[in-house]
Amino acid sequence: MGEQAPIAIVLAPLFGALLIAFVGIRFKALCLPVTLGALTVSLAATIETFRTVLSEGEFIYLISGWERLGEGKGISIGIEYRVDAISALVLLVIAAVSLLVAVYSRTRVVAETPDRIPYYYMLYLLLVAGLAGMTITNDAFNLFVLLEISSLTSYALIAVGSRRAVLSAFNYVIMGTIGASFYLLGVGYLYIKTGVLNMEDIHAVIVANDLAESPSIQVAFVLILMAVWIKMAFFPLHAWLPNAYSYSPTTTGALMAPLVTKVMIYIMIRMMVTVFGLDYAFRATLGMPFNWSNLVVSLSSIAIVAGSVMALSRRDLKKMLSYIIIAEVGYMVGGAWLANERGMTGAVYHIVNDAFMTLCLFLAVGVFIARTGDPRIAGMNGLFKKMPITMAAFTIGALSMIGLPPTCGFFSKWYLVGGGIEAGQWHFVGALLFSSLVNAVIFFRIFEIAYFPKELSDPAPECTDPDAAPVATLQRTPLSMSLPLWISAIALIGLGIFNHTITQWIGSALGSLKFFPPAG
Amino acid sequence: MKGLALFAVVLTGALLLYATGDFPAWGSVHSPANGGELSSHYIENVRTETKVPNIVTAVLADYRSYDTMFETVVVFVAGIAIIALLRDFGNGSRGYPPALANNLPEEPDLIITQTCNLVIPVLQIFALYVLAHGHYSPGGGFQGGVMLGASYILIALANGVEVAMKAMSERKIMLLAATGILIYSGTGLICLLLGENFLDYHVLSRILPTDPIMARSHAILIVETGVAVTVAAIMFSIYANLATRGTLKGGL
Amino acid sequence: MEFVEQFIVPKFNYWIYVVLMMIGMHAMIAKNNFFKKLIGMAIFQTAIILFYVSIGVKEGANIPILDHHMMPGEVHANDPVIAAKFTNPLPHVLMLTAIVVSVATLGLALAISQKIYREYGTLEEDDILSQIKLEPND
Repeated sequence: MGEQAPIAIVLAPLFGALLIAFVGIRFKALCLPVTLGALTVSLAATIETFRTVLSEGEFIYLISGWERLGEGKGISIGIEYRVDAISALVLLVIAAVSLLVAVYSRTRVVAETPDRIPYYYMLYLLLVAGLAGMTITNDAFNLFVLLEISSLTSYALIAVGSRRAVLSAFNYVIMGTIGASFYLLGVGYLYIKTGVLNMEDIHAVIVANDLAESPSIQVAFVLILMAVWIKMAFFPLHAWLPNAYSYSPTTTGALMAPLVTKVMIYIMIRMMVTVFGLDYAFRATLGMPFNWSNLVVSLSSIAIVAGSVMALSRRDLKKMLSYIIIAEVGYMVGGAWLANERGMTGAVYHIVNDAFMTLCLFLAVGVFIARTGDPRIAGMNGLFKKMPITMAAFTIGALSMIGLPPTCGFFSKWYLVGGGIEAGQWHFVGALLFSSLVNAVIFFRIFEIAYFPKELSDPAPECTDPDAAPVATLQRTPLSMSLPLWISAIALIGLGIFNHTITQWIGSALGSLKFFPPAG
Repeated sequence: MKGLALFAVVLTGALLLYATGDFPAWGSVHSPANGGELSSHYIENVRTETKVPNIVTAVLADYRSYDTMFETVVVFVAGIAIIALLRDFGNGSRGYPPALANNLPEEPDLIITQTCNLVIPVLQIFALYVLAHGHYSPGGGFQGGVMLGASYILIALANGVEVAMKAMSERKIMLLAATGILIYSGTGLICLLLGENFLDYHVLSRILPTDPIMARSHAILIVETGVAVTVAAIMFSIYANLATRGTLKGGL
Repeated sequence: MEFVEQFIVPKFNYWIYVVLMMIGMHAMIAKNNFFKKLIGMAIFQTAIILFYVSIGVKEGANIPILDHHMMPGEVHANDPVIAAKFTNPLPHVLMLTAIVVSVATLGLALAISQKIYREYGTLEEDDILSQIKLEPND
């Protein structure tokens, strides 16, 4: 069954959701075990796929068994999966993070959405299926369908939360639909000029027919970029993200924050590498006196600085983390557009690291809020004494976010800075260092509050949702919450120690690519 | 803000129009999309490869069946998401504005109910026809399913949601919706268990009494049935939840 | 006039679709009422469907359904099918998917706006924003 592993990655969560629809609605206690089982199968299939990629390199899985037409590479008439070292890595992150968050959700879902448990877990599983399907597919239109599955499920997972969450979910629907529609238009503009929908075929036709200067292809490029930027909350298009992540239920935030933006960054890299080709991506100009590489790296520098500055002034923990995510998106977009292998490796490596860093911090913050009932930074008063073990995990996540060795955040930032220097993009290097400095200020301020307790001068926090059923604060942290937190914290150190191995995997996928530094 | 919005919209529109100058002539037979290898292959070989005369059905449910499966899942997602958001499980009536029309007449209107009683059976039969005839004429699972769902919506409009819920209870909606997707993905899974790739229908000839090409044609009907079941159940569920604000009681 | 003949008339469908898309997108971004935003969303998505369907048009071609009598075993079994005689089926397939997706999105968005109405008692964006006490860190 080894060769069927790729399809099992997506099917396991889908069948899990169906099973919940059949039995979970009557027997609510079965929802979580079914979810965990489905995600475990998905993780096993991902590991199997990963091993195949390691031993055989990238491979194609033909759904419906329609062989490619014609001699040579030919064109695809069906839909196919394509797995290489990078997508296998992203799939592994999706499977691992979703399983950890599912374990974490045991007490939270019951406490926050007590009457909607089966529906919550169905949406949860289908979101995971959508994200994995987007990562693995090789068809530009199929990506749109799975993008919509992951969007619809995430709108719903946010909107089941508090009063404010519904409002931010609506804004997310509007922004997300504009993004998805732009993507669909972009695919249409590609289709009208190339006549194919398979990503590799589109690239082959663009190269063969010399369409690089065609306005349609250039407009398609802009539309698809705008679409993925909206979906990943790249700086001027970020407005939907902070409220959506901070007012949603704990589990939703902990699942979406590490995964959704990261998968979209992977999709952007996939579009650059597979569909348009790196030469095109870095040099295209749209008739303007600048090239894309310089433009996007400048935008990323602005995104990093803006995200960091906005994070600095937040007093709400989750909101502060949300703005840090916006800054981190700038890291990865910038790294991918540096037009050298070091920068691209750093960007992909940072996708993995940032997923686990965000996971660790969001899980820790979820524990804090569950224990103290206070979402503000000030609420962490004296927490080192009250819950030293959770605080230790939080510290590891924070140090990684700042970028101190031996945590993984240091190594990926090392690659990004190196790539920036190699490309001569000094403002990007400056923005990265500035952001590390700001993160250090933010987190050391938190450590100070948590380590040296003082009398709270301001009154107890006002609940953002006066109507919400008060969620009782926990007296002690259940194992289902502390275990995923610790695994993610250990993963941060593990990813740092094995940085050489991971970058070699990434390099094996990037090695065959030619990086064209932009002319001039 | 308004000015910024206008600017963004005009910029997008100008960008899109800029590219139309580059498009192939309208209706051209030789444009890459129309004359390309992909589209020509579908038209020229659909007869020998699947024996389905309706090319759209064949591409939808066979060549790109994986897309269509997830399209059905999108419908399913919308259904469960709306239940998760709106459904009032009897304990959350906080801040609830009174329903718009509690002053409906007690007795449903005679003319309306009788007309609906006449129309609904015809509508349902026609829905099944559209579903089953999707191989030969425009139609198929989505169209048939929506009509089937519409017939239940018509019952709810005429007699109130509770009467319709007697025929299609909430429990039944979830079971039917999940069954539809199970029919679709289960067909794919059987192909997988028979040793071929997911949704590779031709291998079904081992369990269906037909040749591999005809097996594709039959499998298309099976999966379209699954689509119709899911779509019908979810369409009614969406209506029922939206129209009654999640209480599933009373009418519009 | 020359501009119209050269750029608009031959690409008439594409101009219509762009105008529709601009109307829809403007409503989505700039309208104050949530319901109007959703109407804009529907227009936007319909415009895209018009665009895709326009791609698939072939002059002088029929609907993409082969004649029933041309099936193997019947009279014209071995006649080759000429691709130019049938409309491009692929955009239609893609749009069937996109229609379903847009219906699903619209349904979910309606449910979310109904929940907003339940929580805030209005669907006007500025009314809702004035109800939310804007915290300094918002």
